Amino acid sequence: MSRVGTIARRTFLIGAAAIAGGVAFGVYAYKREPINPLLKDLGDGQVALTPYVRIDQTGVTIITPRADLGQGVASMLAALVAEELDIAWNDIRIDFGPPSGAYYNGIAAAEGLPVPATDSGFKARSVRVVGDAVSKFLGLQITGGSSSVADAYEKMRIAGAAAREVLLQAAALRTGIPKHQLKTRDGSVITPRGETLSYASLAADAAKIEPPRRVRLKPETEWRYLGKPMQRIDIIAKSTGTATYGIDIRMPGMVYATVRANPAIGGSIKGYDASAAEKAKGIIAVVPITGGIGVIADNTWRAFKAAELVKCDWGPAPYPPSSAAMFETVASSFTDERQDSRLKDEGDVETALQGGGVIEAEYKVPYLAHAPLEPMNAVVQLKDGRLDIWTATQIPLFVVATAAEVSGLAAENVYLHSLMSGGSFGRRLEDDYVRQAVELAKAHRGHPIKMIWTREEDMTHDFPRPLGMARMRGAVKDAKVEAYDLKVACPSVTASQIGRLHMPTYGPDIAIVAGAWDQPFRIPHYRVTGYRVPELVPVSSWRSVGASANGFLHSGFLDELIHAAAADPLQELIRLCWHGPSRKVLEAVGEMSKWGSDPGKDRGRGVAFTLSFGVPVAEVVEVSNTPRGIRIDKVFVAADVGKVLDPVNFENQVQGAVIWGLGHAINCELTFKDGVAEQTNFDVYQGLRLNQAPAIEVRAVDSGSPIRGIGEPPVPPAAPALANAIFAATGKRIRELPLNKHIDFA
Amino acid sequence: MRLIVNGKTHEVDVEDEMPLLWVLRDVLGVTGPKYGCGIAVCGACTVHVGGEPVRSCSLPVGDVKADVTTIEGLGTPAALHAVQKAWVEHQVAQCGYCQSGQIISAAALLSANGNPSDDDIDEAMSGNLCRCGTYPRIRAAIKTAARELRGRPT
Repeated sequence: MSRVGTIARRTFLIGAAAIAGGVAFGVYAYKREPINPLLKDLGDGQVALTPYVRIDQTGVTIITPRADLGQGVASMLAALVAEELDIAWNDIRIDFGPPSGAYYNGIAAAEGLPVPATDSGFKARSVRVVGDAVSKFLGLQITGGSSSVADAYEKMRIAGAAAREVLLQAAALRTGIPKHQLKTRDGSVITPRGETLSYASLAADAAKIEPPRRVRLKPETEWRYLGKPMQRIDIIAKSTGTATYGIDIRMPGMVYATVRANPAIGGSIKGYDASAAEKAKGIIAVVPITGGIGVIADNTWRAFKAAELVKCDWGPAPYPPSSAAMFETVASSFTDERQDSRLKDEGDVETALQGGGVIEAEYKVPYLAHAPLEPMNAVVQLKDGRLDIWTATQIPLFVVATAAEVSGLAAENVYLHSLMSGGSFGRRLEDDYVRQAVELAKAHRGHPIKMIWTREEDMTHDFPRPLGMARMRGAVKDAKVEAYDLKVACPSVTASQIGRLHMPTYGPDIAIVAGAWDQPFRIPHYRVTGYRVPELVPVSSWRSVGASANGFLHSGFLDELIHAAAADPLQELIRLCWHGPSRKVLEAVGEMSKWGSDPGKDRGRGVAFTLSFGVPVAEVVEVSNTPRGIRIDKVFVAADVGKVLDPVNFENQVQGAVIWGLGHAINCELTFKDGVAEQTNFDVYQGLRLNQAPAIEVRAVDSGSPIRGIGEPPVPPAAPALANAIFAATGKRIRELPLNKHIDFA
Repeated sequence: MRLIVNGKTHEVDVEDEMPLLWVLRDVLGVTGPKYGCGIAVCGACTVHVGGEPVRSCSLPVGDVKADVTTIEGLGTPAALHAVQKAWVEHQVAQCGYCQSGQIISAAALLSANGNPSDDDIDEAMSGNLCRCGTYPRIRAAIKTAARELRGRPT
């Protein structure tokens, strides 16, 4: 049996009971720059032992309290603990752990603050510490913002080191051998005479010892795992069909279900006729849920079929019905009243753009679906005053709260068993599917119910990446970019998403301008203004969030200005860039792509740069203009995340993010007609397929920057690098996504 | 009706038009093949029927006239198939949800063509969608597996 399979079953027990005979180690350490008195005021009373290491008779289990959506975070976090705790790679077992505020994410909250990642000044550091403290107070256990590794890098290594320390102390007490003469290796303490005491045998004694508040971490030179290629803990299971996703859970007495909600997202159901569905074979019940119906059956396919037979009378869409009407709302939002932020305003843009020679453009980006390949699903069971939920989520505590609210149970009677996910890309930052599953559980108590959405339900009930528009003006002088005025209008992801979590938002929404206002360029006259479009379709975080659109908007027009100045696109970016690490990734990608050499006939190169989530990424795309259309030949990527903890996973994440960015740029959009998303499956929402996927060469540039995550930052530069390459190869400037509305692809 | 899956014979009592995928998953408990689209465009449900790769989400079980092999029948964690071994070596999977179908498609390609060109790989694998974008590693793993399979005595 695979370890992951075993773990998935083990997690079912954890919410239910304390671990009999086991002990939990943890450590609380607040080691940050000592600049904020708030932190001292937290006091000892708020210190909790945060459990990352559990040892029982069967060995060591590492708690990896972030959702593994494919980014490999479970393996990475386990490695941080295992490195210090000293256990053999093949003995590592993982568990996503119970939902807990102790697993708060101190980095994610800082992303929404109006401080550029490149600012390391006193004020910026203070604001980040406040972000961390707020997250801690609220106990925000969230996976997102490419923040997991940055958040865990110190605290999980400390947890491993503290656990090792008490195990050594326990061994010293038992053997009478001074602690400094003892060593550890692969899950055991080793005496000078070579006797081994397994951690499991020492665990009960170790639990009586207070973990140290301060520990010394291994120097990098002694790392066994970190910085080297690691075999993902789930790789065997995922290569043999034995990994357990939510869709794969099976239990005795389980029934199967699907739902149909109003395809106009958030719309009501005025009534329905289930008579035909109820007569279909294997149907157990058709039940009302919020805004729709659920069908419970004896297998998934019968539930799918019967759901189609229910005649539903839907209420209207609570937003304009068509994409054209929605874009009209966006276009009319460039007003003083709708101005949301002006976080960059350098020089004197208005004066610089008076007179002739002003270059202007308008850009457009569409709604985009997350469409993870595993459609939304959950297994639920409401029985004897207790609710169990098996699902994957990026917001476990919110899921518990929602489930408690819907079921009427107290939160302590709700048991969430977190699972790995077949992709997410931000989709599982929402808990709509859990709400529906719990409504089904209320209607059909006692049995475990596995609810699976059809692909069509998934595509039409996403919380998409918002649509947006930009209006730009600029000027050039002496073969240099002289002025850049960028106005971006889009709905607020933050207000929409955080609002659904029943939390308030204040101030400007950084997501509207992320990837634009915070770019490390020095242009004499440089302004970025965000306009908040009223909410249309409810929207959410989509891999790289605001930067997913703004990378294209900001880099696309910057490339236009550079061409207008008749400067070299890469050299001008380097000249404009004031931030050392960012300049280095630009230089690296130039070297990798042999920038400046002749690309050949009917070929072109484009470069783009975006700094997002604190990570500067530069990409060069090479294309050929073939008789069948544009072919992407090769992509070069340079990125700086500080230290790379696993070079193989780093490369895989970068390549995947580039393919994500390119695929959506080429052929994906979500359009609406009569309030309903028109793209309902992968036949018309393709993304990149293998035959179009280019070779992608990746280089990590370490300028000594703080450690960062890589899941999202390579997305934003992909689309503009491609559009800029198409311009270089064809002379055609495309200012609207998806690109295939304007040019064919081979 | 009678269905042979991974060498085991099963009697199943379901509608003829029920897709093979759901018979495998919900009736027989064979969950390696995944549901992704239901219309044969994503490839997550790919299995071998009589050695040929087919999209089980769109194949009525009544039309299954040959033995079915799923990812579970190709190899196991303790005894990996050459394709699975290459998938591990290249650390292909991210979320892993599509990989059962990818591996099954790759195994079918390599049993028909021991030395596939890039075009052959494009042809055989473009029906399998990977939202995580593991394509560069899939391509490399197929070449590794092909080398390994060619090197084996027959």
